[in-house]
Amino acid sequence: MKVFLPKDAAALSVGADEVAQALRAHAPALELVRTGSRGLLWLEPLLEVELDGARYGFGPLRPQDVTTLFEGAEVDLKHPAALGRMDALPWLTKQRRLTFERVGVIDPLSWLDHEATGGFSGWAAAKALSPEAIVAQVTASGLRGRGGAGFPAGVKWKTVREAPGARKYVVCNADEGDSGTFADRMVLEGDPLLLLEGMRICARAVGASLGFVYVRSEYPHAVDTLTQAIALCRKQGFLGDGFDVEVRVGAGAYVCGEETSLLESLEGKRGQVRPKPPLPAHHGLFGKPTVVNNVLTLAAVPWILKHGGEAYAALGVGRSKGTLPLQLAGNVKRGGLFELPLGLTLRELVEDWGGGTASGRPVRAVQVGGPLGAYFPQALLDTPLDYEALAAKGGILGHGGVVVFDDTVDLARQARFAFEFCAKESCGKCTPCRIGSTRGVEVLDKVARGEAREQNLQLVKDLCTVLTDASLCALGGLTPLPVLSALEHFSEDFHT
Amino acid sequence: MHSPAPWDSAQAQQLVQRELARARAFLGDDGPDATALLPILHALQRAYGFISSDAITLVAQVLNLSKAEVKGVVSFYKDFRTSPPGRHVVALCRAEACQARGSETLAEHLAQAHGLTPGSTKDGVTLETTYCLGNCTLGPTALVDETKLLGRLDAPAVDRLVRGLKGA
Ligand SMILES: Cc1cc2nc3c(=O)[nH]c(=O)nc-3n(C[C@H](O)[C@H](O)[C@H](O)COP(=O)(O)O)c2cc1C
Ligand code: FES
Repeated sequence: MKVFLPKDAAALSVGADEVAQALRAHAPALELVRTGSRGLLWLEPLLEVELDGARYGFGPLRPQDVTTLFEGAEVDLKHPAALGRMDALPWLTKQRRLTFERVGVIDPLSWLDHEATGGFSGWAAAKALSPEAIVAQVTASGLRGRGGAGFPAGVKWKTVREAPGARKYVVCNADEGDSGTFADRMVLEGDPLLLLEGMRICARAVGASLGFVYVRSEYPHAVDTLTQAIALCRKQGFLGDGFDVEVRVGAGAYVCGEETSLLESLEGKRGQVRPKPPLPAHHGLFGKPTVVNNVLTLAAVPWILKHGGEAYAALGVGRSKGTLPLQLAGNVKRGGLFELPLGLTLRELVEDWGGGTASGRPVRAVQVGGPLGAYFPQALLDTPLDYEALAAKGGILGHGGVVVFDDTVDLARQARFAFEFCAKESCGKCTPCRIGSTRGVEVLDKVARGEAREQNLQLVKDLCTVLTDASLCALGGLTPLPVLSALEHFSEDFHT
Repeated sequence: MHSPAPWDSAQAQQLVQRELARARAFLGDDGPDATALLPILHALQRAYGFISSDAITLVAQVLNLSKAEVKGVVSFYKDFRTSPPGRHVVALCRAEACQARGSETLAEHLAQAHGLTPGSTKDGVTLETTYCLGNCTLGPTALVDETKLLGRLDAPAVDRLVRGLKGA
């Protein structure tokens, strides 16, 4: 009997290895395959058992459940942890998994399993196209950068393709620093070959011969799996002839997710933001034309090449095309990763998918788009999750992270944290971000002590205007979003 | 945690050369040697537990940088320590999604019950603060010794963890 158990870091954090140990001890005859995670994280550790070609889920599983689950050669399909057939589980059937098709399904480091499940067919399609035609497909797909800024990927690729220069680079941004996000990590751990395929397609399109993946040091498991995947690709001849990729590990700086700071870091410098222009597309790594794309952006590309840009553009709403791997986190009953066409509302995500809070208390605030994203109150939960609709409500979609808070949250404290985080993580290059954030903390502390409240709240707003208008990058530039949304929608928290 | 070795300049020199050779082999003539700086610092910290002034002198010399430049890089990145940590390091996530799941209460508990405040070391255990470990649905979360990720932490789980690490 074949069984599947995630080796994804989230699953490990709640005991997947302990379950694996119990399996080996109690049922050594089972063939155990370690996979990525399906993303239904409240069910982790989630074991799948293959019977007559169908997979049956069990979770969350404790090590001691293994003895009652397997009786000799039989598996108890009525076990209390039984979830039924995975292909009938609504949490999966209601998704539209393009990028995450294979994540949680196969051994991420099995070349054969990858090929058998349609892997590398995007590359096969790309090889048959001219570089210009590849760019045209990506442009037609409407794919926008998933790292936060939402810039059209096709436009960026075209710029790099047309930039003069014999040397060009592809840099994958796997710095994923936003709280509430983990989709990049799940790709790196669950289907790294897909990312490398996307990078190879990009390299062909723009004429690059070397690539880097910059992974944050907080993701040791992802670094490990990706490193092994690159070695595997070199062995198979997929990397190393004409295009090669190396992993670089960050060192705990949030700002290094900003693309120019990331390039400085790759060059061995302090991760300080470069003024733009010039854009990295013209003047990137070592001054050469460079594509910097997020993991999810590059990992969406193989599907687009295989099925055509139009098929991707047929999903989503307005100018927000395709699917988005939404990450639902924080105080939520059913947290996880759900890949869905863009455009569902925050309420649908938090209530229908998430089932409300884990604590059972009312949902009070939802932060969308990481530490630089706005806090949404109940009254705004019907906002659709697309780039334009969120912007219209003073927010951002960012990297697709949604963090739920119950009614015990104090938004004055969250606003203070936003300033504090900005102060800690500022690269120091521009004054508004470096100094303004520290002033923000001090002024909010005065508000909390009840000192000249109205004047000081006005001062916070003025500070936010300076940060928005005069910061060099979006770290300072967007810190006002969580602060001002807290002030606007939860003003009562600043008056007690 | 694998215990860090005492400083050995010949061995450190080898380690630095190895990382540099790897970076050069990948990049060819494209980039300056300084591009190997982060991999070198990571390798040194892995081997010796922190970046000593000996390490800074060595790296500066090999990469043909000033010591001030190397120090500037070391001080920019929060990962790099300039003094030895305890035998074990617990990095507790204090970012928003973990806050929503009780990380702040846990941090208070660590301070009160175990005398561990961020940045401090007690009985061989160092507590650090980190912002997001990518485990935001299953928090509060901590990363132990840069390898072991723990989710759904609460006060009793933290008590067991700290007691276990102190004894080990
Ligand atoms: C402070 C800051 C942090 C960022 N962090 C990340 C990150 O962790 N990952 C990422 O892909 N983009 C991040 N970005 C956005 C990048 O600057 C850049 O827009 C992105 O890597 C481009 O790739 P994309 O077009 O595929 O999204 C960050 C931006 C800022 C200002
Ligand atoms: S916020 Fe703690 S792991 Fe992401």
